[in-house]
Amino acid sequence: MTPVVSLRGASLTFGKRTLWENLDLDINPGEFLAVLGPNGSGKTTFLKVLLGLQQLSSGTAVLDGHPVERGSRRIGYIPQQKSFDPDTPLRARDLVGLGVDGHRWGVRFGAATANRRIDRLLELVGAEEYAKVPVGQLSGGEQQRLRVAQALATGPKVLLCDEPLLSLDLQHQHAVSSLINEQCREQNSAVVFVTHEINPIVDYVDTVLYLAGGRFQVGRPEDVMTTEVLSDLYGSHVEVIHTNGRIVVVGVPDATTHHHEDAHAVAGEVG
Amino acid sequence: MDLASLLNSIFNFENYGELLVLVQNSVWAGAVLGLLGGLVGTFVMKRDLAFAVHGISELSFAGAAFALLIGVDVVLGSLAGSVVAALLLGLMGVRARDKNSTIGVLMPFGLGLGILFLSLYEGRAANKFGLLTGQIVSVGTVQLQVLAGAAVVVMLALIAIWRPLTFASVDPDVAAARGVPVRALALGFMLLLGVSVALSIQIVGALLVLALLITPAAAALRVTSSPPLVVGLSVVFAVTATVGGILLALGGRLPISPYVTTLSFLIYVVCRLIGGIRAKRGINGRVLRSEPVPVS
Repeated sequence: MTPVVSLRGASLTFGKRTLWENLDLDINPGEFLAVLGPNGSGKTTFLKVLLGLQQLSSGTAVLDGHPVERGSRRIGYIPQQKSFDPDTPLRARDLVGLGVDGHRWGVRFGAATANRRIDRLLELVGAEEYAKVPVGQLSGGEQQRLRVAQALATGPKVLLCDEPLLSLDLQHQHAVSSLINEQCREQNSAVVFVTHEINPIVDYVDTVLYLAGGRFQVGRPEDVMTTEVLSDLYGSHVEVIHTNGRIVVVGVPDATTHHHEDAHAVAGEVG
Repeated sequence: MDLASLLNSIFNFENYGELLVLVQNSVWAGAVLGLLGGLVGTFVMKRDLAFAVHGISELSFAGAAFALLIGVDVVLGSLAGSVVAALLLGLMGVRARDKNSTIGVLMPFGLGLGILFLSLYEGRAANKFGLLTGQIVSVGTVQLQVLAGAAVVVMLALIAIWRPLTFASVDPDVAAARGVPVRALALGFMLLLGVSVALSIQIVGALLVLALLITPAAAALRVTSSPPLVVGLSVVFAVTATVGGILLALGGRLPISPYVTTLSFLIYVVCRLIGGIRAKRGINGRVLRSEPVPVS
């Protein structure tokens, strides 16, 4: 199988700070890769490299046989949930429409074709009911479903997800992550899923890329998410506990990062 | 002045037909500027630039005052002032908060410069006042052609960048990920905005530009979120305010701007009321299958 994403000897340094060095990584079609690590370990920067928004210090990054480039149709990008101003003149279907042809110059001609495409995408993520609701009045979970539809608009070979579950309650975390997983399995898209919390997606993950302290580990979740591997990465003792199909990491030096999910679940949204 | 003569100076429709012929050009100019303001205004709202419009107009005023002082074409001066201000804002403030403080710093400086130039100017006092409150009664044919030409160029440019500018305005992160040149579009729009402000100042004056570039779009946003409808309504509102304002002003002895701003304001108030009623009833386009879900 030809990998969709292929990194060879990829290094990224900012001045004296090294995010990672000599990273060799292949991501195959239909593979679900989780990018884990504490805050500031370069997870989001990793996505930026694939998006062509960040140059590697050395090494190569190839996407579907071409060097990475800005604005590739082969990529679908799902960002963190953000709050829209209630006044934003944008309905749910318009947000998805941006993914269909928002990057093109001029105004939209032939609205019928675009509308059919938007309707199909809305149906795919189960968002027909609120298709005409202003985005500022949607819940975080509804917005993220639309983000999935928006990202799928170009029929991408890779889905890049930047903490898409952040600030969603558990029910919506499940709904959104299973939508992404469906795309991965049924359409054979590769998924790169940046998160600091593996549990909502633990059943879907094929491979883990764990970034910490300027180093990394790649492998199957059961090989990477172990006390030995993570202790070695962090350079101090870290306890990894597997319980009830969940993975709990205890004693990470920057401890706050792993309790994020709980903090947000409490603050979770209504509607 | 008693009430009757006050009313007489606001509304007096004797010889209206004859007057209308005389100000034909002004009505056309108003229509063109309404169209332009309505279109540009929707992006001003999407990009949260209301305050920037105000800042640009003050610097435009300074430019116009300087032109008046040194005896150059006032329109040219106002254009130079607003384009410089718009590009400066575009280059300096990327985030809204930076932008607002930059504008807050630039605005009084521009206004101060304008007042300085005006006090040095020894010509007709009416010229001074017109810069701030607008004067469109005497638009010559050539002037109208230049105005319309400039407006058409701005509108064509805006239409050319319409979709990516919308994407970059409402969803900048994802737009950047899709390869939309977010930064360049921001600068490009500031340039168009600068020209639009300078053109609008001709009719409503530096102080009241917001009535043309903000109020119509803001009113439209109160009643709909559908992008094509917002644009349509915004243009209709702006043209109604300018053309209606000019037509009403013919019947009185007052400048045009109070008529334009009042119409514009009334439209906004009505839209706000309609929007408020709809929000209260929870009408937002959601198809409800069962019990309504409480919205936080």
